[in-house]
Amino acid sequence: MQLTDLTMLELAAKLAAGAVSSEEATRACLERIRQVDPKVRAFLRVDEEGALAAARASDARRKAGSPASALDGVPVGLKDIFLTEGVETTAGSRILEGFVPPYDATVVRLLKEAGLPLVGKLNMDEFAMGSSNESSAYFPSHNPWDLARTPGGSSGGSAAAVAAREVFGALGTDTGGSIRQPAALTNTVGLKPTYGRVSRFGVIAFASSLDQPGPMTRTVADAAALLQLIARHDPQDATSAAVEAPDYSADLEGGVRGLRLGVPREYFTEGMDPEVEASVREALREYERLGATLVDVSLPHTKYALATYYLIAPAEASSNLARYDGIRYGQRAKDARGLKELYALTRERGFGPEVKRRIMLGTYALSAGYYDAYYLRAQKVRTLIREDFTKAFQQVDAVLSPTSPVPAFKLGEKVDDPLSMYLMDVFTLPCNLAGLPGLSVPCGFTKAGLPVGLQILGRPFDEARLLRIARAYEREHDFFLRPAPLQGWPERQASVTPPCP
Amino acid sequence: MALTLEQVRHVATLARLALTPEEEQRFTTQLSAVLDAVAQLQALDVEAVEPTSHATLADSLLREDATRPSLPPEKSLANAPAKSGTSFAVPKIIE
Amino acid sequence: MPVSDFQPVIGLEVHAQLLTQSKIFCGCSTAFGAEPNRNTCPVCLGMPGVLPVLNQRVVEFAVRTGLALECTVKKTSVWSRKNYFYPDLPKGYQITQYDQPICEHGRLVIDTPQGEKVIRVRRIHMEEDAGKNVHDTSGGQSLVDLNRAGVPLLEIVSEPDLRDADEAVEYLKTLRDVLVYLGVNDGNLEEGSFRCDANVSVMPKGSSTYGQRCELKNLNSFRFLKQAIEYEISRQVDVIESGGKVDQETRLWDVNKGVTRSMRSKEEAHDYRYFPEPDLPPLHVSDAAIDAAAKALPELPRAKLTRFTSQYGLPAYDARILTAERPLADFFEACAAHYADAKKLSNWFLGELMRLLKEEGTPLSALRFTPAQLAELLGAVDKGTVSANAGKDVLGEMFRTGKAPADIIAEKGLAQVSDTGAIEAVVDDILAKNAGEVEKYRAGKKQVFGFFVGQVMRAMKGKGNPALVNELLKKKLGD
Repeated sequence: MQLTDLTMLELAAKLAAGAVSSEEATRACLERIRQVDPKVRAFLRVDEEGALAAARASDARRKAGSPASALDGVPVGLKDIFLTEGVETTAGSRILEGFVPPYDATVVRLLKEAGLPLVGKLNMDEFAMGSSNESSAYFPSHNPWDLARTPGGSSGGSAAAVAAREVFGALGTDTGGSIRQPAALTNTVGLKPTYGRVSRFGVIAFASSLDQPGPMTRTVADAAALLQLIARHDPQDATSAAVEAPDYSADLEGGVRGLRLGVPREYFTEGMDPEVEASVREALREYERLGATLVDVSLPHTKYALATYYLIAPAEASSNLARYDGIRYGQRAKDARGLKELYALTRERGFGPEVKRRIMLGTYALSAGYYDAYYLRAQKVRTLIREDFTKAFQQVDAVLSPTSPVPAFKLGEKVDDPLSMYLMDVFTLPCNLAGLPGLSVPCGFTKAGLPVGLQILGRPFDEARLLRIARAYEREHDFFLRPAPLQGWPERQASVTPPCP
Repeated sequence: MALTLEQVRHVATLARLALTPEEEQRFTTQLSAVLDAVAQLQALDVEAVEPTSHATLADSLLREDATRPSLPPEKSLANAPAKSGTSFAVPKIIE
Repeated sequence: MPVSDFQPVIGLEVHAQLLTQSKIFCGCSTAFGAEPNRNTCPVCLGMPGVLPVLNQRVVEFAVRTGLALECTVKKTSVWSRKNYFYPDLPKGYQITQYDQPICEHGRLVIDTPQGEKVIRVRRIHMEEDAGKNVHDTSGGQSLVDLNRAGVPLLEIVSEPDLRDADEAVEYLKTLRDVLVYLGVNDGNLEEGSFRCDANVSVMPKGSSTYGQRCELKNLNSFRFLKQAIEYEISRQVDVIESGGKVDQETRLWDVNKGVTRSMRSKEEAHDYRYFPEPDLPPLHVSDAAIDAAAKALPELPRAKLTRFTSQYGLPAYDARILTAERPLADFFEACAAHYADAKKLSNWFLGELMRLLKEEGTPLSALRFTPAQLAELLGAVDKGTVSANAGKDVLGEMFRTGKAPADIIAEKGLAQVSDTGAIEAVVDDILAKNAGEVEKYRAGKKQVFGFFVGQVMRAMKGKGNPALVNELLKKKLGD
């Protein structure tokens, strides 16, 4: 067994016992990255020096008997959407190539204060717009369970790095499923907290009313421990909730006996992969065996969620991405003649096709004459979707569904078909529209060995219960112990189409 | 709903994107398809429904009127593609 | 139709910079005149990932202004993004209030030659200022300074209730006095902390349908506002008279040429794509906060003016000058508490004190003497301890040194001689020395009386009590 096979909490225990040093753990990560990342391509950049310095500082604290947190010294990675002072941050976009932030995101500061070495910046769909990592301006990441396939997106690099055991955990962001979907596709745990639970300050914005950072880990307990460090009110984020975070680990082993778990009929529809459905159905039966009551619930406006999301998110994005103009930072079209060209050429060259598509869509949805028909109407439907959940949660403690309708698909398979790509988020994005917490936990594999994820949705600020429900299932299985084979590449390399036209 | 090429060009101007002719064509097709898909919302009666613009439960968070240190100009301008003194430089703005 | 057959219709949009220490959404200083980009941080630079957090003082100032202008203060108002691209707008959108502003439906009373007139205030909203683009004369490029980006502004929009340039100027002056009184704005048009755009249209007299309006910009003085509106009215009338149509457009006041001209660059399809700002929750203002602000509202210029005329019996002219600025009015009242003759006090204010303040360029806040000391000086003049003329010198000295009037009078020997015996001795001496003039006087040449007064005062180095000198001279000359 390698050091990198340990979970975050196992490593933390060894660090606490003095059995291993943070520097050793960090070096083990760096070595693992050297070995496997050429195949996985999870990292956009590795901050070896910064990580090792943080590790040595952690070791000094441990030695002095004053660790900064329970996870002091446990190396993790960051999706490249989190601003890191002095370390290039690009959000997977050309337009931010070379951008070195002058400040740390709040969650980055919290992790640094907690003593976690930050190993590097992880690949992602450009500005988090995508479900496969293929819209990254740099390269697509590969799924450690089948290197010819996508690890999902947009936090695909984070999921792949955790699944390939290059880091012990990572932070991702979730706007319409960008934490949960890649977690489901890579046999990892991904938690999107309640909107406002974790600060967005210093997180490059995609859709401000939907974005939420969260932990991506190999186990439920690790997710609880990592969430604990970042679930804080932030006076620099006006949408951050002034709600005290509970101890997420305290009741983790509490089980599901007596809980009422909702099964929304709208989430079990045609188009779902039969193997995914079978795995999830089996998980539902398992919960019954563990003492939970399954309740048939209805979320009648689910079928409108995709359309609602694909108006609201691009509209907000079109505004959020207006700041990338080549004036104060980022890439600039140096050959532009005049101001108009400076804007239009900088943005034309700096953004990839998916980002441009969404800027166009969002600009259109907000433009004069269309606002009421598109944006305003979508906001009203958003209210109906929220109300669906409010009603459901009067009957049940949580809602269960598949995370993704299909297992990991092949790289290149959906790149030219935006609509079928957008369908990948159909089960995950209602949760963002409603601002609720959602979690994906591994629930088995297809015959071809591809991971399947179970999604658990909860009431606002009920993350502790979601973790407890996920843990009840995880405890009965050994999925998280299974190492990803890291195969399927480069044999199938020839079949992969390049991601960006 | 089918978008016209002209609409796509207008939106690209608003969004400051110098699309290539190929992109204009492709976006006309793709965005039309997306708009067709989202047209299902038109079927819903939302007359009496309040819009949701914020998912937050947070109340208006206010800060005290107190100054905090600004960035030194060398940091503010560190990422600037072009500058002059402590100003950002852009092509001449013609009014 | 001549110009006189047209009715101008004017509405003003005022942008008032709020007197906060820090910017509206970040902690950078709002101080004016720093080196470019010295007062910037990731938030006001529009760096990736930044979020706005609202300055509480901005809300207080907006509520205060809304109450002073008799607006309805909304318990819930909403922030919006106004999207457009310009180098001085770092985020590519301005955070402002759009369809749900914090205050609506107010009014402001102004004076016109026809008497008082109510101008309705449509709305007041809060927003962030943009930065500044400066044309670099040497390099063929423009420079962007974001020090001003994020400075808090109130936008105050009137209904189109103004009917000529003079009314517009009067409205703007009255509004400025109110804002300065409230302590929310410094009223400085030249530095741009109090800015005004005017919407101007004309319609045939008697019509009830407004004409097409033009928005005038760059009106950074009361004079320019008047000139620009007057020019624009005659321009629009000319267009209509020659059979043309007024286009709705933005026009810039050209100070040098004295004309308004079309800003063609702003003509291209503006579509601001307003939508609710997702980074800021709706703003809630509690009833308690509104009540507290209402209670703390200072007396406003118009109310104070009325009170000065009734309470102190002052002429409207005096009251208007004394109440034009709050510190002066406050100081007057403090003095009036120690001195009963308000008109006499007012004369000293309007004359000597304002002359000194102006000449020395001293703000009232830096005055070295107290209201009680000024009252003491005026009492001394009344009693004849010091002459009115010498009193002016004493005030000058108090102004410069802060010494007590009694000390100055003593030190400088400015006390008036009111000792009958002493004056009588001098009078006798002068009359004795000028027997010839005395003869003439007695013979009926009464105008030499002034000569005697002059001689006595000169002999007494100006300190003789003029009333006593007169009295004794008349007695001795046998009148």
